[in-house]
Amino acid sequence: MRAQPAEYELVAPGNLPAVLSLLAQKPGEWLPIAGGTDVMVQYSAGTLAAQRLVSIWNLPELRRIEDHADEFQIGAGCTYTELREHAVVNREFALLASAAGWTGGIANQNRGTIGGNIVNGSPAADSLPALLVYEAELILVSQRGERRVPYSSFPIGYRRTRLAPDEVIRAICLKKHFSEYYAHARKVGARRAQAISKVCMAALGLFAEGVVKDVRLAMGSVAPVPLRLTETERVLKGKRIDSTLLRLARTTAGAEVQPIDDIRSTARYRAAVAGNLVAEFLEQLSVSRTTK
Amino acid sequence: MSESLERNPKCEVTFTVNGQAMSLQVHAMERLLDVLRHELGLTGTKEGCGEGECGSCSILMDGVLVNSCLIPALQAHGSKILTIEGVAANNLSRALQQSFLECGGAQCGICTPGMILAAFHLLSKKPQPSLDEIREGLAGNLCRCTGYMQIVEAVDEARRHGTAT
Repeated sequence: MRAQPAEYELVAPGNLPAVLSLLAQKPGEWLPIAGGTDVMVQYSAGTLAAQRLVSIWNLPELRRIEDHADEFQIGAGCTYTELREHAVVNREFALLASAAGWTGGIANQNRGTIGGNIVNGSPAADSLPALLVYEAELILVSQRGERRVPYSSFPIGYRRTRLAPDEVIRAICLKKHFSEYYAHARKVGARRAQAISKVCMAALGLFAEGVVKDVRLAMGSVAPVPLRLTETERVLKGKRIDSTLLRLARTTAGAEVQPIDDIRSTARYRAAVAGNLVAEFLEQLSVSRTTK
Repeated sequence: MSESLERNPKCEVTFTVNGQAMSLQVHAMERLLDVLRHELGLTGTKEGCGEGECGSCSILMDGVLVNSCLIPALQAHGSKILTIEGVAANNLSRALQQSFLECGGAQCGICTPGMILAAFHLLSKKPQPSLDEIREGLAGNLCRCTGYMQIVEAVDEARRHGTAT
């Protein structure tokens, strides 16, 4: 049923301390809304559980991008457009820039935020595997103070996260460790653009002296949460890239993912594609020039 | 119903629409799309899917292309809004309208306001886009009639026209 606007409350305090104070008063009562690209869809469909919303769109505290010597901090309220246009993101964190460009059309990229994407917690979100391979950390803030958590520990189940009801994500922190790595992002969907992924992958690799020195693999849409493929990484490390390794990569990745059948694809297809994507990445890694 | 109306009274939202400053009493969670169409009678902005997939409700808010169906009215407070009615007065959009006419870029017309606004946003940001960039700039706007070729041609034609004048 269509939502009745009169039944919902929305306030816009305009600064972070006021938002945190509201969230602390009655934890769980207020739902933060940023660009609205997820929340407004649920609202319009009449499926939004919350009736009281607090706007965090355009809060200056959440829109800062800070470029430190070894760490890059992205305000959680930054949009996909900001990410894909930012020089440092393009240079140092190309997987994130690619994923930002895949997410929706231009209008949604202008409103959708990285923090919103993380909290919404869709296992199919294209940018989340990138956060896994870059080993991103999140700064969570509430009136109780700030805490820093690895992104890898943040999702705890299908669309469930470690965010406390009185907290918001303030920033996403990325270490600048990976400029030497070969970066490879791949999305498989019904069509190239404007389609939710059947499988998406973010991968980083370091290939030198004929072997895989280091590799990081993560996928979306293959498990209840964005998945880092640690077992596949383990069997690849230190190996030469040849047809034996490609076969091993296919079978290990195909077994490591935990996909399901849903409206977009089948578990069997997803497992096969997951294996193929890792093999494709390795083939490209073997001819990559990762030295800058 | 009256009870909930009592609990969530309307609030005052002030913004500029097509150059005209205005102040309205609305429910904070009312969709900007509905405010434009029902309160202001600006029915050039269309509702298609109502969930940010189709782009027919596209407007420019502070110069940025957005889906007005996904914007609660309160988040538009203090902004400058441009709808298809306001864009008609501009040189670039006149060129776009002409090229849509000449190339057959409009058929049933439901997607056209959004297409024009997406194209306007693209050409304002990037006056000489490639054909691929035109396709990407329009990617969030769906059309069931044209098959898109005529629309891409129309935007490319406006791009050419933009350099000539």
